[in-house]
Amino acid sequence: MSTVAWITARGLLGRRRFLLLLPLPALLVALAVLCRGLGVAPANWGPPVLVGLGLAVVLPVVALIVGTGVLGAEIDDGTVVHVLTTPLPRWQIVLPKLAVAIGVSAATVAVPLFAAGLLASSARLGLALAVAAALGAVAYSALFVAASLLTRRPVLLGLVYVLIWEGLLSNVVTGTRVLSIQHYVIALADRLAPTELLDTTVSVTVAAVMTALISVGFALLAINRLRSFSVAGETS
Amino acid sequence: MTTISNPAPPAVNTSTLDLVGVSRWYGNVVAVNDVSMSLGPGVTGLLGPNGAGKTTLLHMMAGFLAPSRGTVTLDGGPTWRNPEVYRRLGLVSEREAVHSFLTAYEFVLATAKLHKLPDPQAAARRAIALVELEGAQDRRIGTYSKGMRQRARVAAALVHDPQVLLLDEPFNGMDPRQRLHMMGLLHSLGDAGRTILFSSHILEEVEQVSGTVQVMVAGRLAASGDFRTIRRLMTNRPHVFAIRSTDDRALAVALMAEPSVTGVELSRDGLTVRAGDYGAFTRVLPKVALARGVRVRQLIPEDESLESVFSYLVEA
Repeated sequence: MSTVAWITARGLLGRRRFLLLLPLPALLVALAVLCRGLGVAPANWGPPVLVGLGLAVVLPVVALIVGTGVLGAEIDDGTVVHVLTTPLPRWQIVLPKLAVAIGVSAATVAVPLFAAGLLASSARLGLALAVAAALGAVAYSALFVAASLLTRRPVLLGLVYVLIWEGLLSNVVTGTRVLSIQHYVIALADRLAPTELLDTTVSVTVAAVMTALISVGFALLAINRLRSFSVAGETS
Repeated sequence: MTTISNPAPPAVNTSTLDLVGVSRWYGNVVAVNDVSMSLGPGVTGLLGPNGAGKTTLLHMMAGFLAPSRGTVTLDGGPTWRNPEVYRRLGLVSEREAVHSFLTAYEFVLATAKLHKLPDPQAAARRAIALVELEGAQDRRIGTYSKGMRQRARVAAALVHDPQVLLLDEPFNGMDPRQRLHMMGLLHSLGDAGRTILFSSHILEEVEQVSGTVQVMVAGRLAASGDFRTIRRLMTNRPHVFAIRSTDDRALAVALMAEPSVTGVELSRDGLTVRAGDYGAFTRVLPKVALARGVRVRQLIPEDESLESVFSYLVEA
């Protein structure tokens, strides 16, 4: 494990805000268990819980907290300077941090989604949701790590994307779905385990290509931005 | 601007940091204005009041800020967008941010590994010994005092034995003993041929550590060279006093006869006296007043702020 990844993981898991990650996945599993236990038909609870909560809220919010935590938090408190005053090529700083973000987000989201999918339909749906969410975590993480370098308020920018763009606009203006990671994840999950519970809006090809493009594009952007990292001006 | 030439020792396996016509502005605000300097082996103090642009200049030197104009180079290579310079350059920034969840040893060791040093453990132990932090090296940095945190940061900046070390206000938050130790450390690094630059807004700190000084005022390089020469310029500048007494006119006449006084201005609000020699004037004033039977009601030295001392240098 690279030193950058080691410091990042310790910083991320050691911060108190990491605990913020736990309630949402727990809620997802709890709701699924409750619905299943009460005998509600999966067609009724599946879409709101799996998509409405799982893919539309838990996945992006977890990815946002983690993605802005791996680099944005260090920029915020200034500790990033210690990593930057080394001759490491900047990609060797961005990629390990991105890998930690993806790993932590994917693990945090995939497990509860698998459980919820299993309860709603089958192990196959659970697995499909988990895999699709992990792929989504790659794209979201690249986006939010890059956001940490584009603005001093990456969490705000990320929330605007998740809540306004994905949550609001893509339900009203259908064209925006082509630029919505959430819709890629739904399409990918539906391709892996075709089901009535998921309502796809973009083609699998678009979803796969766009997920890859966003992941690679924002990772490259982040590397390039880190090369020109400036510390904020004098405050005194 | 005052420039005093400073004979540099012959360079052997040393590094030189060169600034040529460096300016940096933020929108309409000019933080650093056309600064040129060349830093070679030894300890140099970067002196100036708060807000003079010292930190901005240091950040440009360390490659954390692009100059708006001009060039900053370390041994000929730019410091901006060039991580390779960190093989020869170390930085201790003013913000005391450290990974507080690590112990000092873990922190310095991690830095050694990031530098890909051949024997990171040995390098980390050596750096921690340099700052005398062995006793606390296995405690989390979060539990340290400000001065100890500062030393942990210095150890991390020194772990790869850089030719150039830049420190922004390194003595802030240190107790006198830690300060003395840090001064000794900087001295010995400078004597060993390292190029050390530290910033400070406290005259006495610079006086104790460095022979060479660069003075910044309002974004400009106001003076550079040997500290003693600059200190003499600072002490020999005219001092201004505001005086109110029972008989301002009589006092003015008497003071004009004193050689330490270079000018007297009489107004409705009292006297404004310019003295060439601070010590002589303050000794002679009570005697003169006593001899003339004048009672001095108020004596206020004007213009004693560090800012005015520095800005005097700009005009000198």
